[in-house]
Amino acid sequence: MEILVCVKQVPDTAENDIELAKGGRDIEREDLVYSVNEWDNYAVEAAIQLRDQVGGRVTVATIGDEEADEVLRRQLAMGADRGLHVCDDSLEGSDGLGLARILEAVVRKEAYDLILTGAQADDNAGQVGGMLAALLDLPFAALVNHLEVKDQGVLRIGREVAGGDQEISEIDLPCVLSIQTGINQPRYVGIRGIRKVASVDIPQLDAASLGLDQATVGEGAARLKRLDYFVPQGGPGARMLSGKPDQLAAQLVEILKAKGGIR
Amino acid sequence: MELNPCLKHKVLRKSVREFAEGVIGPIAAELDLQARFPWEVVEAMRPLQYFGIQAPPDLGGAGLDTISYAIVIEELSRVSAGVGLCVSVHNSVALYPLLRFGNPEQIARLAPELISGQRIGAFCLTEANAGSDAGGVETMATKQGGDYLLNGTKIFVTNGGVCGLALMFAVTDPGAKGRAASVLMVEKERPGFAVGEIEELAGMRCNPVSSIFLEDCRVPAANLLGQPGDGLKIGLTALDTGRLGIAAQALGIAQAALEAGLKYAKERQQFGRAIASFQTIQNYLADMATEVEAGRLLLYRACALKDAGQAFGTQAAMAKLFCSRAAREVSNLAVQIHGGCGYSKEYEVERLYRDAKVTEIYEGTSEIQRLVIARGLLAQPTAGRAV
Repeated sequence: MEILVCVKQVPDTAENDIELAKGGRDIEREDLVYSVNEWDNYAVEAAIQLRDQVGGRVTVATIGDEEADEVLRRQLAMGADRGLHVCDDSLEGSDGLGLARILEAVVRKEAYDLILTGAQADDNAGQVGGMLAALLDLPFAALVNHLEVKDQGVLRIGREVAGGDQEISEIDLPCVLSIQTGINQPRYVGIRGIRKVASVDIPQLDAASLGLDQATVGEGAARLKRLDYFVPQGGPGARMLSGKPDQLAAQLVEILKAKGGIR
Repeated sequence: MELNPCLKHKVLRKSVREFAEGVIGPIAAELDLQARFPWEVVEAMRPLQYFGIQAPPDLGGAGLDTISYAIVIEELSRVSAGVGLCVSVHNSVALYPLLRFGNPEQIARLAPELISGQRIGAFCLTEANAGSDAGGVETMATKQGGDYLLNGTKIFVTNGGVCGLALMFAVTDPGAKGRAASVLMVEKERPGFAVGEIEELAGMRCNPVSSIFLEDCRVPAANLLGQPGDGLKIGLTALDTGRLGIAAQALGIAQAALEAGLKYAKERQQFGRAIASFQTIQNYLADMATEVEAGRLLLYRACALKDAGQAFGTQAAMAKLFCSRAAREVSNLAVQIHGGCGYSKEYEVERLYRDAKVTEIYEGTSEIQRLVIARGLLAQPTAGRAV
């Protein structure tokens, strides 16, 4: 099975104190440590497990600056077979649709049976998977938390539905799935793999080599524009619990049950 | 000399950090409090090649360079110095001497189990009357036919309670000048090999440091590492590399203390503002960061010399001397920044402070490091050399 996993480098919240940038439209991005988006890591693990089971190849692709190369190498060390790096300043500032168009071009260069994305990334936008599927005219399922091969050309997938219900579906290949955390336990990277992937050649792609129409991608083409970005004021609504730890735990369970968080 | 970390080292550091924070981080305080050796962490590290960092890939190792070795130990120690210690000792003074001095049969027979982490390695030099004075070893290895019969007691053996293979320094020829010591590789299941009580130590409490008793412990001559009388040579070679590991461990402790101090200084409010806004605290933080940065450069340079096949013993001693002092100083300042909280087991810096001290003592005390450095200096022409 030829599997493409779309991954993104995001600011590592464990490694950085995230602060707002002066302009008020973004976080301060100078000097940030970046890591692979958590959801994407689950998607890569799912792809590796599937490949190990049925054979094939896992390709990881990212759109990002020179630094994003590191994220691809990490995923290769984890077990992916091949990396593709879309690196082009003119693509910067693309909105979700623009990013989906770029990835569409990446997908169309080769034949993939399965395309995975993380359910969302640091910006909580959650757009790319669905849009990519639509552009490719492929079936799509979001927030997938279970994945297995049913028959030739068909996957059996599970999704968590509101209230904690579980849904099982079949989906024809090729398809696009957005992967939810919890689908698996991503492996840690063995250090022997790092030695091997440090020198691996990762092809770089740009707008021209992908045959992209510059009018449809990049900042100029973005039709979703962020106006403001801030930390909201704390307000009323928080309920403070008091008591001993075991009482607190019991109270919390009752509240979560009442609000539908757990059963 | 390349001063920026290369891609490989960046990816490596991140990967080890991710593992250390994800798997060891949640239990690091508990391991110290309960003085418990984390077998579950050993199991998790085994498939990641942490027990064969520099061992050849065809034997199952990761085949990495010495800077990578330092980075792995540093990142593990940043989260749990006791776990970093286990991995450092295993790789540097057990596995490395076997790979360096072992014959092909010994390597084929004994290395794979070390590299896979099925057996944890230990290095048994120190005795009641031998430590800094490696020539004072009293454990005897008496030749009996094709075997050696070992008798004696080793103390303060790191990994002692959990080791599967111990490199044992013992006198094979008491008549020789300097009582020639040799190294015998002893599997723990050999009759006559017994682990003593686990030491109650101030720090590194998750590592089961113990005595090892040898009573008529029969070991085949095939387990002799190198030639009879090679003990001192093997020991000193192993310790040169071991010092890089302990320097890396100390650096990891210092790094953790710096981060903890920085975090607390930003959070803790006194006189209506964060204590980080006071110049005194800023001076502490600046000194701490400078120590860490200098130690890191010294260590990586020593590692780079080793990778280039050049003499690195003096630089390794300097790195160990400097980084261990830095670990003590930086953890001390981190406790100071935390005030009363820093003296409490509720806070990580209390453990860092206890863990730091021993890095000035084991694998060559700071006094011995100075002796090694001075010996190197005095052997050079007085005019000095261009670097």
